[in-house]
Amino acid sequence: MEKEINIAAPADAATFTPDEVIEINNLTIGFNNVPVLRDFSMQLFEKENLVVLGKSGSGKSVLIKCIVRLLHPDSGTINVLGENVNELNDRDLAELRKKIGFLFQSGALYDSMTIRENLEFPLMRIKKGLSKKEIDEKIIEALENVGLSDTLHKMPSELSGGMRKRASLARTIVVDPLIMLYDEPTTGLDPVTSDEISSLILEVQEKYNTSSIIITHDIECARATADRIIMLNKGEVYLEGTIGEFESSQDELIQSFFKIKNVNSHSKE
Amino acid sequence: MKVTKTDIKNRIKLPRVKKHAIKLSENVIKKTQNANRFFLAVGEFNLFFWLTAKAAFSRHFEFKEFLRQCFLVGNKTLPLITITGLVIGLVLTIQSRPILADFGATSLLPGMIALSIVREMGPVVTALICAGKIGSGMGAELGSMRVSEQIDAMEVSSINPIRFLVVPRVLAATLMIPILVLYADALGILGSWAGANIKGDVTFVLFFTQAFSALGFMDLIPAVIKTFFFGAAIGFVGCYKGYTAGRGTESVGKAANQSVVLASLFVIVIDLIAVQITDML
Ligand SMILES: Nc1ncnc2c1ncn2[C@@H]1O[C@H](COP(=O)(O)OP(=O)(O)OP(=O)(O)O)[C@@H](O)[C@H]1O
Ligand SMILES: [Mg+2]
Repeated sequence: MEKEINIAAPADAATFTPDEVIEINNLTIGFNNVPVLRDFSMQLFEKENLVVLGKSGSGKSVLIKCIVRLLHPDSGTINVLGENVNELNDRDLAELRKKIGFLFQSGALYDSMTIRENLEFPLMRIKKGLSKKEIDEKIIEALENVGLSDTLHKMPSELSGGMRKRASLARTIVVDPLIMLYDEPTTGLDPVTSDEISSLILEVQEKYNTSSIIITHDIECARATADRIIMLNKGEVYLEGTIGEFESSQDELIQSFFKIKNVNSHSKE
Repeated sequence: MKVTKTDIKNRIKLPRVKKHAIKLSENVIKKTQNANRFFLAVGEFNLFFWLTAKAAFSRHFEFKEFLRQCFLVGNKTLPLITITGLVIGLVLTIQSRPILADFGATSLLPGMIALSIVREMGPVVTALICAGKIGSGMGAELGSMRVSEQIDAMEVSSINPIRFLVVPRVLAATLMIPILVLYADALGILGSWAGANIKGDVTFVLFFTQAFSALGFMDLIPAVIKTFFFGAAIGFVGCYKGYTAGRGTESVGKAANQSVVLASLFVIVIDLIAVQITDML
């Protein structure tokens, strides 16, 4: 899938430009005196797909959990849609969270509910005032998008790992959020489904003008979706750039991320 | 904040630092850390209590979930309570009958058994069973929801997990356990009648008339009131332990286990307090 790469003009970190939907400044967080993120800063611009790469345990999930205040940073500020996340009261935080879609790495489907109820549950509470018919339509559309329309009345425990991941993705997109945070959307999926998910991410972005942070190890997914890539290492930004810049990088760590792919493509030829 | 040995050594900048002084200060620090942890837990418990109370009185009440939980609480414990209720009455009767017979006071048997079942045995035994069955169930369920990030998922969907998960469960336990206790009481007296008939011959009507004539208003009401507290404590402790479970699957088991221990302890302490209060009346 060809995608026009347009990086927003680099903004002065100290000033808030209307273009920025997420701005993180000097974020530091650690657990039991072990730092996970150190003085980390980044921005997410409107309608942008930002891919975050990094080794396992480098703090990628911690990063997006800080954005929705599931975790509290030790220091630093996080602004989402112009509001300082850590200073919001409960009600404003709830309002802000309604605009953010969060795909958990583990899926986090409610296992006492059917797939349909899983989607209905947040939908009814976030989009109040939808009619029963509209809710049904939205649920079916979301499930069709991830190729799961026949699992409507199944329990999560009856689905395979990949199906659960996709159901969870459907639950995230069904509420049409402004900002999407995907934690490894394609991990554990076959290449065909991965490609479908990647195009779905793009589709969602075009249709609803969302801005997304996509955490992934899947280089194909990064290739398909990324406007910009950030590489995390040891709690800091290791490299930031376009997919082209990453692929042509001579850096060893970056190479090792892209190398495996190259080996495969060699062996095919 | 952990204080290590080197920190202490650095702080005490005497040329000759006595070993046992370090040991002592280390121990003191460890003790204060333990105390800190204890007070943190107490604080967390209080906070959770207030959040639950606040959510319970908010406008949105999850009625459907509340009914579902009521059904589950009753459904899970009914067979066990049926058997236990019958057996308690039966055993109490068989045990106390010879003693009463020595004094020629077997006619007091129904009243005495009814009193002890309604005032003490019924409520406490039922509550302890529920602490084991319902407390651990809630602890394990919420614990696994915490571990698998389902509670986090609710939070990021702007759904208050305390309102959706905790409040219906606590209220269901508060409402259902008194009902289960009354049921156990009735079965206990029935069991007692069966016990009385092993060695004697009492009609059902006579037995129940004697049993109920011994029971007064002031026997029943305090006993019923305390069961609401039992229920609330069991539901609350189970939810609290599950909700605050740590990371990793092993903490689910821990949450379930600690729920039972703490809930049983609460039941016994509440019973003690209730007895003191009833005694003063
Ligand atoms: N709630 C927590 N309590 C304690 N430690 C945590 C917590 N969350 C994360 N960590 C630690 O923070 C580090 C980063 O975790 P994180 O989940 O962000 O990794 P990740 O980059 O998402 O890795 P992966 O690609 O494997 O998902 C890990 O060392 C983890 O042990
Ligand atoms: Mg992760």
